[in-house]
Amino acid sequence: MSFPWANDYKPSHPFMQWMDSRLPLPRFVYDAIGAGYPVPRNLNYWWNFGFLALICLGLQVVTGIVLAMHYAANAGIAFDSVEHIMRDVNWGWLMRYSHANGASAFFVVIYIHIFRGFYFGSYKPPREMVWLLGVVIFLLMMATAFMGYVLPWGQMSFWGAKVITGLFGAIPLVGEPIQQWLLGGFAPDNAALNRFYSLHYLLPFVIVGVVVLHIWALHIPGSSNPTGVEVKSESDTVPFYPFFIAKDGWAALAFLFVYCAVVFFAPNMLGHPDNYIPANPMSTPALIVPEWYFWPFYAILRSFTFDFFFIPAKLMGVLAMFSSILIWFFLPWLDRSPVRSGKYRPLFKKFFWYGLIPSVLVLGYCGGSHAAEPYLMMSQLAAFYYFAHFLIILPIVSSIERPDPLPFSITESVLGHDDKAALGGKAALGAAA
Amino acid sequence: MIRIFSILAGLFFTAALLWSFGNGAYSAITDPAAVTAEEMFHKHPKQLALASDGAFGNFDHRQLQRGFQVYQEVCSACHALSQVSYRDLKQLGYNDDEVKAIAAKAQVPAYNAKTGEVKSHKGLATDHFPPVVYGGQGTPPDLSLVTKARHGGGAYVYSLLTGYQNQPAELLKHFPDAKVPDGLHYNPYFVNLNIAMPPPLTGDGQVTYGDGTKASVDQMAKDVSAFLVWTAEPSLAKQHQTGWPVLGFLLFATVLAYMAYRNIWADKKH
Repeated sequence: MSFPWANDYKPSHPFMQWMDSRLPLPRFVYDAIGAGYPVPRNLNYWWNFGFLALICLGLQVVTGIVLAMHYAANAGIAFDSVEHIMRDVNWGWLMRYSHANGASAFFVVIYIHIFRGFYFGSYKPPREMVWLLGVVIFLLMMATAFMGYVLPWGQMSFWGAKVITGLFGAIPLVGEPIQQWLLGGFAPDNAALNRFYSLHYLLPFVIVGVVVLHIWALHIPGSSNPTGVEVKSESDTVPFYPFFIAKDGWAALAFLFVYCAVVFFAPNMLGHPDNYIPANPMSTPALIVPEWYFWPFYAILRSFTFDFFFIPAKLMGVLAMFSSILIWFFLPWLDRSPVRSGKYRPLFKKFFWYGLIPSVLVLGYCGGSHAAEPYLMMSQLAAFYYFAHFLIILPIVSSIERPDPLPFSITESVLGHDDKAALGGKAALGAAA
Repeated sequence: MIRIFSILAGLFFTAALLWSFGNGAYSAITDPAAVTAEEMFHKHPKQLALASDGAFGNFDHRQLQRGFQVYQEVCSACHALSQVSYRDLKQLGYNDDEVKAIAAKAQVPAYNAKTGEVKSHKGLATDHFPPVVYGGQGTPPDLSLVTKARHGGGAYVYSLLTGYQNQPAELLKHFPDAKVPDGLHYNPYFVNLNIAMPPPLTGDGQVTYGDGTKASVDQMAKDVSAFLVWTAEPSLAKQHQTGWPVLGFLLFATVLAYMAYRNIWADKKH
């Protein structure tokens, strides 16, 4: 679907006409990211991060495929094969550092993308499907990143794999058999490494598939925008090409600048030194932590230090950690405020900036620290707010809040006036329908 | 309906968290965690300035050669360097013949499939540094990646090598049971303060540098740290040399793309 005023693809060259009537691939591109896709004109820079995420995905796939040509998924030589890439493969260090930091960049971008959705209510009707698919992509990303971190088979790879698969051991009765089944043994070893490698190669392509669905679902209602007011007329939109290709393009280059600065000058900044020690099942690192992008969830996992009635603390932690993401699936139905954008929601805005953002930052900070006081108490308070925010505060706020007045249309919010508003908006609404 | 479930689920999680918080707070007050000797006496690495530092850093080949000499004559008795091959030494400025001569001094074990024996042969330029057999106390780590595998990198190695001292009397005053165990050595830069490695650099002139540099303990420690920064990241200089043109190009392209963006949107208020 698209708006009635969307440009129609009209190939002029005979070959393109021939192609269009047989396999309309150029038309597909034209309607997806070309002049055939009208986009709200008022998108701010937070809306660039979807495109940046796509670039990250592409970077990870390309560098990953090259790394796979040189990597050996065998517990005996995996660590050495990574060093072989770093030392002997031409530009191997560039491929590996691009890939390792590419994962971090991908998560930076995706977190901004997700929190933009939280703030501007991108999950609300009619875009629930876009949101749900997005959460699926995020879960797949987490699985892929976790398994990728195991592949260098350093100390943190090994012990991270042990801790995370150990989570399944918390499930009552069947936990331990499930854990052994997942690992193919009693502890992470060759069997686990090989299946993680296989899945680490598979899942990115599953992600690509879900990304296609994500973008497809987005194109049905069209992009949301910072006012949260739906598109009403042609003057509210501009065609994706050239306007947003130009905007996304320069943002992408600026992003690559920052990314390359890290890759070339501080490639190990975000990694943990212990992962340059080969995996050793006999020696436990003093501090087992995942990569930074899992720290908030890791902090939630470790926040539950005492059994809650009959539920063991460990099981409670596992439940909470998985729930902390799974509740995002319910977001479109928990936040029932008819106003989409946080910009016009005075109460919601306060909870977002002074509650959700600090709590996630505190969780992230604590997740990278030792599981000791004061970090435990800090993460308990932050996790308390995190769950309260989504499960209690959002449903209540959306029913008691008095939103600020909305602009009549995107055009009005941009130009200060909209001629169609003077006509009572009827003409405009007619056009949109 | 979903909101009732949601609020109930929210109460469940928040109550469990409060329960943990309350219990944790109670035990933090009644039974505060005791300060450990490591927390009180562990030191962060000293400052170490190397030519390879910073975004313009490049290797000082003469220093790397001196550091390599210290490794060969001192460290290699116990520590392997398995990720490094002899041919890599050409990056330190040695020529082919010198590399072959260095390799030939080593005995590299190899399995002979015909006889089933493991026999040593004279090292070749293509060989990696051979494994080191060590039967004493402690487990000397492979040094290939040590400066990337410890917080502080080269500065950590330098601090450790020059950080040996007698156990402070103050430590024993606070922790009477924390006397350095037999066979270990007090070093505040080591993670648990007591390291199995005896002080490896014991006196000035332990090695004789070919370039006339005075081989003080401090100098040897600096040189071998610089060398180990190289073994951990031999491509470091190349990373820097590649990085600047890449950033320069991206900056240029970003500015160009930004101007294109401004141009395209010039008539479109947004």
